Amino acid sequence: MSSRFDRWSVVTITTAVALLLTACERENRRFSENPPTAAPTASALVVSQLQPGPAVVEPKIEAPYDDNAWAVSEGKALFNAMNCSGCHFQGGGGIGPALMDEEWIYGSDPQQIFASIAEGRPNGMPAWKYKLGTQQIWELVSYVRSLSSLNPKGARGGRDDHMMVKPPEASTPQTKPKMASTPPGDD
Amino acid sequence: MGVASSIMGSALASCSGPQNVLDPAGPPNRSINHLFWTMLVVAAIIWVAVVGAALWAALSRRRRTREDLEPIVDAPNEEQRRHVGIVTSLVGATVVTLLFFLVYDFTVGRALAERPSRSLTIELIGHQWWWEVRYIDPDPSKLLVDANELHIPAGEPVQVKLKSRDVIHSFWVPNIIGKRDLIPGYTSSLFLHADKPGVYRAQCAEFCGLEHAKMALPVIVHSRADFAAWLAEARSPAAEPNDSSAKEGKKVFLAGACSSCHALTGVEAYGTIGPDLTHIASRKTIAAGTLPNTRGNLGGWIVDPQSIKPGARMPSNQLAAKDLRNLIDYLETLK
Repeated sequence: MSSRFDRWSVVTITTAVALLLTACERENRRFSENPPTAAPTASALVVSQLQPGPAVVEPKIEAPYDDNAWAVSEGKALFNAMNCSGCHFQGGGGIGPALMDEEWIYGSDPQQIFASIAEGRPNGMPAWKYKLGTQQIWELVSYVRSLSSLNPKGARGGRDDHMMVKPPEASTPQTKPKMASTPPGDD
Repeated sequence: MGVASSIMGSALASCSGPQNVLDPAGPPNRSINHLFWTMLVVAAIIWVAVVGAALWAALSRRRRTREDLEPIVDAPNEEQRRHVGIVTSLVGATVVTLLFFLVYDFTVGRALAERPSRSLTIELIGHQWWWEVRYIDPDPSKLLVDANELHIPAGEPVQVKLKSRDVIHSFWVPNIIGKRDLIPGYTSSLFLHADKPGVYRAQCAEFCGLEHAKMALPVIVHSRADFAAWLAEARSPAAEPNDSSAKEGKKVFLAGACSSCHALTGVEAYGTIGPDLTHIASRKTIAAGTLPNTRGNLGGWIVDPQSIKPGARMPSNQLAAKDLRNLIDYLETLK
């Protein structure tokens, strides 16, 4: 009886420790990476799914900070500091398009969001590549993805530092990204 | 012998230096020092006397006699009366010594608390992890915003108003005055009174996060005339570059990420996240006293601040080699 209990407690403790170890990377502060990944080249970016000939498999670039809670929170700080919220508000959209819905005009893949921030987009999105470093843009990419819960839940923010205007990213339901049917400015 | 002389040597060496409470550079710290040394000497004499008496008592124990084992009688004998007299007078001496210290301490405290009616006012604002210094003038157009170096005139008290932008910091120039906290949402104040021109070192003395240890502030005490000249010079706008590389560097500064966080007086750079760089080339150190201000250190700091001061708000800047060279050329003209 007691040996059986011991075996179960060993299993429980081992599982708990293993689970704890998986969380070790969550808050890991990655200060200096030169650069985390090179900026995506134009050839890696596919904005439209329309193309001549057979479908081409495009190389996928993983967002380096999607699973890093600290970097996502840095991205959130930058989102307000660089006045992204001036147009996109807290993700709900206003002057600029919403970032927390399932519609993506220029794609939801990390390298597509990176290009939208770095290079800018027509109808008002400025190019930020001269004002922000690669690492900072990747932090913003992961925060923008967390707005519609496209990154792992453990890395998404649980609460704001100030009064909350919407449910925290960690409790936002995951959306299924789809390309917007109408290009901006056509309605 | 060698050990003793090396200990003596290091003890003497610790009595001077740019960050040393035992090397006072102004009247308030000098009076604190007198108090400290008086207390130390008096306490040392008392300690030696007490330990000596204890040793004497322990070593010179009389052989026990039959008399000792007899019960204590109510009427004290001659010897016991003498003991009572010794204890009473020593208790009296203790009270007198403590009273002397109390009065002396109050006197020093009163001298420190005196406030001059008119003085130069400087605002010192703590940031994670650097110092913003604002020289206040009744004429608002003469406000000078500087960073990471505190300049004061010698021979007069200067009011320093202490504020914080983020967390609690603490301002401490050991040679001039004791610590005072910089508290967010609250303005505290102290008076710096130095009479010895020189360069001293202040250090954040309240743990304020990752780079607390690299949050130093050189305090430069000028003679009065030198200070007036420095103030006039520091109020001038950023120097216009003359050579072509510095001109290119200015473009890099303004178009690039630098101007998002750093300000230059007279140039279209208004950032307030990082230190003002109008006279960066005149500063002796960069990154809040972390590195000497040399061309190599400046370049290394711009490209990869995170390996020098991990966690600092300044991000790594991947600049093309030519842009970086031009940018440093420009920064070196900002005297």
